[in-house]
Amino acid sequence: MTTLPDTTRPGQKKLGLVIDLDTCVGCQACAVSCKEWNTQGYSAPLTDLEPYGPDPSGAWLNRIHGYETGEGDNARGLHFPRSCLHCETPACVTVCPTGASYKREEDGIVLVNPDTCIGCKLCSWACPYGAREYDQDDGVMKKCTLCVDRIYNENLEPEDRKPACVKACPTGARHFGDLGDENSGVSQLVKSRGGFELLPQMDYKPVNRYLPPRARRDKAGDVEAAPLETVGKGDGSLAERVFSWIDEVLS
Amino acid sequence: MHPAYSVILFTTASGAGYGLLALLGLTGANHGSASDFWFGAASMLVALGLITVGLLSSTFHLGHPERAWRAFSQWRSSWLSREGVLAVATYVPACLFGLLWVMPDSNEILLKLLGTVTAILAMVTVVCTAMIYASLPTIRAWRHWMVVPVYLIFSIATGAALLFALASVFGRTGIPALGIITIVALTLAAVAKLIYWAGIDNMKPMYTMGDATGLGGDVRQWELPHTSENYIQSEMGFRVARKHGQKLRMIVGGCLVAAMVLVWLAFAFGGGAGPVLAVLAVVLAGVGAVVERWLFFAQAKHVVSLFYGEQSV
Ligand code: SF4
Ligand code: SF4
Ligand code: SF4
Repeated sequence: MTTLPDTTRPGQKKLGLVIDLDTCVGCQACAVSCKEWNTQGYSAPLTDLEPYGPDPSGAWLNRIHGYETGEGDNARGLHFPRSCLHCETPACVTVCPTGASYKREEDGIVLVNPDTCIGCKLCSWACPYGAREYDQDDGVMKKCTLCVDRIYNENLEPEDRKPACVKACPTGARHFGDLGDENSGVSQLVKSRGGFELLPQMDYKPVNRYLPPRARRDKAGDVEAAPLETVGKGDGSLAERVFSWIDEVLS
Repeated sequence: MHPAYSVILFTTASGAGYGLLALLGLTGANHGSASDFWFGAASMLVALGLITVGLLSSTFHLGHPERAWRAFSQWRSSWLSREGVLAVATYVPACLFGLLWVMPDSNEILLKLLGTVTAILAMVTVVCTAMIYASLPTIRAWRHWMVVPVYLIFSIATGAALLFALASVFGRTGIPALGIITIVALTLAAVAKLIYWAGIDNMKPMYTMGDATGLGGDVRQWELPHTSENYIQSEMGFRVARKHGQKLRMIVGGCLVAAMVLVWLAFAFGGGAGPVLAVLAVVLAGVGAVVERWLFFAQAKHVVSLFYGEQSV
């Protein structure tokens, strides 16, 4: 059903990701592990066309952009991972003519049913965040599943029941949890770091949050250290002159 | 937005078909049975044929055409689904009307009823087509208030040109109302398009790259997420140079004006050349509609382009 479930009830679970733009180093580990997991998971396959040819293309559920902000000395580069934000009121769900694109009531995850999608691509037009990629070979729409086949997967060890991208990130820049619960770790993190949502003006109400880069420090901190000792005592003694002669010869 | 040929063909062909169908419905509702069996049959076949070709071509760009029937299920929320439902529903009164209309001396009340219902359903289907685009919050050029009127008026104008040509070919020249409707509709189409173009050209940018990324201020792209073009770029990143855009707009206007002149010539000096001029007018109106539709896609910017280096939309 492509009408949206009521997600305004108190205590509504809103699973999502919190992405730290301060610590992301753009290593692409999350994108690769996402591709690796999902090409054999719920969205399988995630086709690549001509992967070794001159013009490869393919469906990926997570992409990492590089942006630069600020001017002159204050300019800084940062990496910007972009995947589905599992919005609360997304038009990508309501425009779908078949009901293949849907939002789960129990946890808010937005999914595409690969068995009923007709591949009309309208949902990808309705997403402001570019989170949906059409799989040309499979003929259906692909998108981030929030690793629904990992997070509830009882065949995995409890510590592995997290999205593949979160597990793969070497700097811990991706966090997964319930953003509907204000006491959850991710909600606390968003609160303490001033996490924000993308394009709130569009009123899709994304669940995922981004943590802004921390304020730039221009100078190294002042560190107390003893001044370096000068060579010799500076008293014109024989030893002093010998040392300064050696110093001259060597320098 | 990438202008997909199947979608352009679908919206223009079925648009003209629904326009013609609506006009035939109104003709039958007001004037009773068709004056000539072959004229009636040919007109109905052209209308339903164009609609059917359009609908079929719209399924060509689907990844799974064999599942197309599923698209009838979500009419509660989806304009695409509503369009599918109405497109199919329109066949029922349209076919009944057609059968009745081509027969001599059919029951006038029944004709009035079926003709009116057919005309209304045909136009509502065109509104649904337009709403598929006009309801997307991500493409500002398609949110413009003229989008639905433009779809409707192009449907009626191309349909009227078709009806005028069919009437001429079957020797039904000199029906003043038909000539006037065609010329007025083509004029309105050109005016509607001018209003739309002026509107989208004067739109102030609403979002910047700083807004989209949440980073604020001046944001520059220094690295793409991938080494070759991906789906988002090819589908949503299509651009047409402003220069070419202007030229193509002139072509649309030129085609519509030329079609108007031809209809007028055929009407005023008809004679043996009448049908030829009228058919030429249909071709010109058709080319105008196709180029117009191509531009409708090509000149629409998607919000997602902000993540790919577009500074504002
Ligand atoms: S990010 Fe896009 S695909 Fe994901 S829920 Fe929001 S609108 Fe839909
Ligand atoms: S591409 Fe599939 S999921 Fe998307 S709107 Fe069409 S049918 Fe629905
Ligand atoms: S949650 Fe899973 S599907 Fe979504 S981006 Fe991460 S790895 Fe990919």
